[in-house]
Amino acid sequence: MEAFRFILLAFLVVCAVSVSLSKDLLNSILIYMSYSLVASVIWILLESPDLAITEAAVGAGITSVLFFITLKKIHAIMKKDESEGEEERTDEQKKIGTGV
Amino acid sequence: MSRKKSEQEYEQTLSFRLRQWLDGTKDPFLDTVEMKPQRPYQETHESALQRKAEKERVIETVFDEEHNAELRIFKKIYRVFSVIFCISLVLVLLTGVSGLPPFGQASNPVNNEVPERYIESGLQETGAVNIVTGMILDYRAFDTLGESHVLFIATCTVLILLRIDKKKGRNSMESLQADDRSHEPKNDVILQTSARFLVPLIVIFGIYVILCGHLGPGGGFSGGAVIGAGLILYLNAFGFARTERFFTAKTYKWMSFGALACYALAKSYSFYTGANEIHSVIPLGTPGAILSSGLILLLNICVGIVVAGTMYTFYVMFRKGGY
Repeated sequence: MEAFRFILLAFLVVCAVSVSLSKDLLNSILIYMSYSLVASVIWILLESPDLAITEAAVGAGITSVLFFITLKKIHAIMKKDESEGEEERTDEQKKIGTGV
Repeated sequence: MSRKKSEQEYEQTLSFRLRQWLDGTKDPFLDTVEMKPQRPYQETHESALQRKAEKERVIETVFDEEHNAELRIFKKIYRVFSVIFCISLVLVLLTGVSGLPPFGQASNPVNNEVPERYIESGLQETGAVNIVTGMILDYRAFDTLGESHVLFIATCTVLILLRIDKKKGRNSMESLQADDRSHEPKNDVILQTSARFLVPLIVIFGIYVILCGHLGPGGGFSGGAVIGAGLILYLNAFGFARTERFFTAKTYKWMSFGALACYALAKSYSFYTGANEIHSVIPLGTPGAILSSGLILLLNICVGIVVAGTMYTFYVMFRKGGY
């Protein structure tokens, strides 16, 4: 059990460092999600299930979803077909502009 | 529109003068001031050229690394100092942690008479089997009320920052760009099928966590967050048209207002009785039953409603700046 706890704690440190070193913002958020999940397992090992439920729901669930939305809004997540050319996007913007 | 008072009569009333003063049309020194709406800014060709040239000049002179030695040095020092700052912060935190007492020892300074009282007589005084819930919603309920208000204020701030101005109209450029409802529903079969299975389970689990907060692990905040996550999944799978049938901005407003007011009223009753040493009429019930532990169940439900609404509203605001 002690070894398992040390593995989890080491995973937390690795996650925390790799979040800041990752170039891709989407990857950072995924790593952050896994960080929260492991943290909730550690809360259970420390005998505080109340905190574990909250950490899993808020840290791994809602915060990451809000981060995803923010990335989408600032166009940090690009779809593959969007990067093909600027024409498609301008067409889309024209549609939005005319209110079709 | 019918008026109770004529125009001349109205001009002599106090409310008219207050309105004048608020609008700035009346000054105590200058008397009546003529108000003119501000002209919208129109850029001429020359001023546009000038602005462009100025911008280019700024970029050339300020961000020219070859000739601007100050910037070059600043950039190097900035990198070095950021690394040094991070390392020293980590060292300070690590030395602080190493000075803490060891985890879970009986001789730790936190094990004084306060937790002793909580653990020994918490069950009799609050009626909650889960002592943590008894602490946060009975002994320390005032803090939890503050927490709920923090959440409510956070939603208000998000509303102020991200809400799309209704005055510009629903068809304005900004609102159409922010509104990504036109891409909905995507009719993703995998997502919809899994959501159909998962959303009821998630919501029921959240309700269980809220209702059994005084019996086992859980409580209002975690249960509310779980329900909020379930609602977000439902919204993602089926689109805004489905969720707006039962959850709009009005629903959220009344939900959080009702829950916060209910919490404040319930807690002020128990503060009043506690401070004046009056016997509270709310029965504590048998510990372990679902209808027990006095006000804790009600408070858990209130906190859960506020948190679930807040999480969902955050998501909607981030998505399209309004319901």
